[in-house]
Amino acid sequence: MIEKEKEPKTEEFEPKIVGFLCNWCSYAGADLAGTSRIQYPPNVRIIRVMCSGSVDSMYILRALLEGADGVFIGGCHPGDCHYIDGNYKARRRIVLLKDILNTFGIEKERVWVRWISASEGQKFAETMREMTEEIRKLGPNPIAKQWNI
Amino acid sequence: MAKKSDKIGAVAVVGGGITGIQAALDLADMGFKVYLLEKSSAIGGVMAQLDKTFPTNDCSMCILSPKLVDCARHVNIELFTNTEVQKIEGKPGNFIVKALKKPRYVDMEKCTSCGSCEEVCPIKLPNLFEHGLSDRKAIYKLYPQAIPNAYVIDKEGDGKHRGCVNCMKCTDVCEVGAINHDEKPENLKLNVGAVIVATGSQPFNPVIKPEFGYKKYQNVMTSVEFERVLSASGPFEGKILRPSDKKTPKKIAWVHCVGSRDKSVEHEYCSSMCCMYTAKEAVIAKEHDADIEPTVFYIDIRSFGKDFDKYIDRAKREHGLRYVRSRISEIVENQKTKDLVIRYEDDSGELKEETFNLVVLSVGLCIAEEQRNELIGRLGFETNEFGFVYTNPDDPVVLKPGIFVAGSFLEPQAIPESVMQASAAAANAAALLKDVRGTLVKEKQYPAERDVSGEKPRVGVFVCHCGINIGGYVDVPAVVKFAKSLDDVAYAEANLYTCSEDTQKKIVNAIKKHNLNRILVAACTPRTHEPLFQKSLRDAGLNPYLLEMTNIREQCSWVHMDKPKEATDKAKQLVAMTVAKIRFLQPIQEAEIPVTQKALVIGGGIAGMTAALSLADQGYETALVEKEQVLGGYLNKVYYTVEGIEIDQLLKETVEKVQKHDIIKVYTGSSLVSLNGYVGSYESEIKTPKGTANFNHGIIVVTVGADEYKPNSYLYGKNPQVFTQSELEKKLSECLPEDIHDGETFVMIQCVESRDEQRPYCSRICCMQAVKNAIRIKELNPRAEVFVLYRDLMTYGFKEKFYKTAREKGVMFLQYDAEKKPIVSANDDGLVVKMFEPMLQRELRIPVDTLVLSTGLQPNLDNSVIAQMLKVPVNDDGFFLEAHVKLRPVDFSTRGVFVAGNCHMPKFIGESIYQAQAAAARAATILAQPKLAAEPNIAVVDEDMCSGCKLCISVCPYNAIDSVEEKINGKTVVRARVNEGLCQGCGVCVATCPSGAMQQRGFKDEQILPMVEETV
Ligand code: FES
Repeated sequence: MIEKEKEPKTEEFEPKIVGFLCNWCSYAGADLAGTSRIQYPPNVRIIRVMCSGSVDSMYILRALLEGADGVFIGGCHPGDCHYIDGNYKARRRIVLLKDILNTFGIEKERVWVRWISASEGQKFAETMREMTEEIRKLGPNPIAKQWNI
Repeated sequence: MAKKSDKIGAVAVVGGGITGIQAALDLADMGFKVYLLEKSSAIGGVMAQLDKTFPTNDCSMCILSPKLVDCARHVNIELFTNTEVQKIEGKPGNFIVKALKKPRYVDMEKCTSCGSCEEVCPIKLPNLFEHGLSDRKAIYKLYPQAIPNAYVIDKEGDGKHRGCVNCMKCTDVCEVGAINHDEKPENLKLNVGAVIVATGSQPFNPVIKPEFGYKKYQNVMTSVEFERVLSASGPFEGKILRPSDKKTPKKIAWVHCVGSRDKSVEHEYCSSMCCMYTAKEAVIAKEHDADIEPTVFYIDIRSFGKDFDKYIDRAKREHGLRYVRSRISEIVENQKTKDLVIRYEDDSGELKEETFNLVVLSVGLCIAEEQRNELIGRLGFETNEFGFVYTNPDDPVVLKPGIFVAGSFLEPQAIPESVMQASAAAANAAALLKDVRGTLVKEKQYPAERDVSGEKPRVGVFVCHCGINIGGYVDVPAVVKFAKSLDDVAYAEANLYTCSEDTQKKIVNAIKKHNLNRILVAACTPRTHEPLFQKSLRDAGLNPYLLEMTNIREQCSWVHMDKPKEATDKAKQLVAMTVAKIRFLQPIQEAEIPVTQKALVIGGGIAGMTAALSLADQGYETALVEKEQVLGGYLNKVYYTVEGIEIDQLLKETVEKVQKHDIIKVYTGSSLVSLNGYVGSYESEIKTPKGTANFNHGIIVVTVGADEYKPNSYLYGKNPQVFTQSELEKKLSECLPEDIHDGETFVMIQCVESRDEQRPYCSRICCMQAVKNAIRIKELNPRAEVFVLYRDLMTYGFKEKFYKTAREKGVMFLQYDAEKKPIVSANDDGLVVKMFEPMLQRELRIPVDTLVLSTGLQPNLDNSVIAQMLKVPVNDDGFFLEAHVKLRPVDFSTRGVFVAGNCHMPKFIGESIYQAQAAAARAATILAQPKLAAEPNIAVVDEDMCSGCKLCISVCPYNAIDSVEEKINGKTVVRARVNEGLCQGCGVCVATCPSGAMQQRGFKDEQILPMVEETV
């Protein structure tokens, strides 16, 4: 049976999430969620990159400034990065970025980094569910709101 | 053996199913000319008829299609359809294959597959591809995506129905004049060095089992027929309908083991894949229609393959599959409702009956009478007691010298095994013909690349229905319409299957006709299908990197199945995002890297030794690294087999061959300590007892094995009467008949700490280990008592016969429920096993002399170390994870690294042997090429923007960047420079560069940022 998603109430806010997934683990994990038909909310838009280490802070900032409500970065588990240690580099970079986000008035909880392997379709789907819920609770990106005024 | 000079560098592959296709592709890529001979009018075999494949629920046509297209496109594969082999003459290295090519009556070169002929043809016959569930015309195409993509005329009919009547209507209507009713059969004589037979087997026809009511009752169908019912291109277009009233059945029953494990039809073997395809069919049916209530009547659930147990678990838990352990006495029809009543005996022996709307018979495979008379008889192959061809268990794919076999022609089996055997057969042929490799092959010529630099982007968008995999949930026409509305989109269309051969032609034509210079395919994942479409671009004279795919299946339709509107919106946005990126794509010319034509094999068990021998026999220098002091691995702990492998001899001979081989270098007591480089060009450091050795190589095969799991339960290690199966085996190998006294009682418990929460996988081999040891005990002393307490007895394939032998010798097999595990206690009188026996519905108490625990294998702890060093993944259980479970079972997704043996998953000796040969074949497809195309998506520096800060140099994991000094206007400036051969394209430097001078091809800021903007 297809796990039915909880139907959001019509007025419920639907967050926009941009996902950067590394080709070798997380993107493959997302593919596996698909072949396993594990259902998750349709809020994420996935952009394939070769490695989580190639996700420029600028991409994340730009997404948030343009009005994305959340940004997800998925990479291989520590030690498993196809390019040795791109994921460590990503992690370090994003820790720094989160500090900067505060100065922009963006909650750092809007940026998620998770390690998801090629065999973790279930985990990918769960993470998407969880993130959509969390961002929903956070509400719309405040920056986007400002720009709307 | 033929002399070097008269060997022929060509191979005939007989049978165009997935097995033959894989063998043909491997051989062609290894540098041999291939003739692929297929009896029907198109290649694809049974796999083309399947809807989905287990355990991933991949769409069968979608994963097969790229291989079909590759076959059709390969310059070194020549396809002969409607062709049957008559005779094989000659000697290994130089055979003449005589074959009869029946007329197709349609010129394949001219036929455009427009279908006008089919429309006017007045003759209707049952469509056998659809198992007669629908009709076809006398002029027809085997299936919509058929390769060759051309029509064929059936002049013979099928006995009951006549074929073509020469009315000539098709000739009149065919605009290209492709039809020739007078075509004559042709006798082919093909000169080849080796032959691979992969003609497959046949599904069992249950008509001879009248109790099941097949062909008597309309709503009893076989599983192969049901597969077509599920298929979007099948007779009911993917709707689950039952034949009698074309209504959706609610209650569907599947009946296991029809024509398998059945003495009455002389099929006392298990067909190996029926348990799994049944679960798959039920799951998919349920996916099509959530109201369906599936019930499976079974004897054992043989979920012995990788991740199979998890699949069955999910089928039960999430899809509500109901399993009833039972024996069916008969099926009768309710004449009014056309429903079916199944009468059966449940596992407590009670007689019951239940009504279903549709019954599906899970039929096994067999060698049909005609196959036996024709091919096997004509070619004089030896057969076993079941009518399948016989090969030595320790040389599983060798039929005769120079003639090899693979697939279900050899034994009923699923796709991965068939594919592995196909590659193994290719490896054997390649070894035989190593001296003439490359003598008969051509190089593929592509049209010159069109220069698109000055052109404004003109994007062509191809949106795939993927049968109903996408089209069932996403409004594909709406996506196409949306795509057309986007800037720079010059053309858009929808396809039933964008990956099919005819769509490739459409893409090529559209590129030319509409002068397209960027192609967007909105379909499945680029991880599997990108290479296919890239080749289509090359065929049309476009640089292959002007392609971009967006994934609207795995990451959209399949994960939002209950939200068609949102899924459609998401698909549209994904298309818009990709169009935003694609405008900025630039052609990429990959650098070429020379290949070090040598191999490294890690692990010296039977798999490692076999892989090394196969590679060396094909002419590639190989280093074999084994951490123990001796070669042999797990084989050193095996003492005897029942299938006729002499372990001592096999071990001794193999070790000797390896040690004496002049191009194998053996490092025992050694381990790999560091690895640098990439496919084609690795540098390894091996720690040996004599110091460090360095070795350069182009590929790696991982065969590090697995070991028996030592349990914590059932008093193991605490009571001297408790052993594991391997420990018992060792003891028995030293036993004399008098060592076992009359009435001595052995109890074996299966699945100990296995197939449970902690270790949720089946180890595949333990049931046979138990059967083997039980037979041994009974042979030593028939008056000893042996009980095997099992959950499901996994004696799949021909192994079933040993299960029978054991029972005949008086071994007692008692089934226990996973919820009610046997209990062992020790008191002053000794050991006692208690278990609940469902048949008797009471607890049994067995006093035991020797308790034997079947614990299965566990992966090596250092798998994760190797995984990290080689950048390859392991699965949740710790076994290595191959690139694709069905079609790339020995490849890793990391190019140039391959896997075989127990480290992939537990398996039998013969299976390890052919898997190792398969790995060698796949590896040889790389080693055979002197040069490889380097990674395309490498980093490039914009010199004007580079500030020379050298941050990129410090983060590059491959030391692929150096700095150069340049004089500009008299001033010395520092610039980063990327070494194209070393850069692997991770993009870390790009994200690090503070001045935006570093960019990754295919993922440039100017390509990614517009995508980001399009998302919000
Ligand atoms: S490749 Fe997955 S994080 Fe680097």
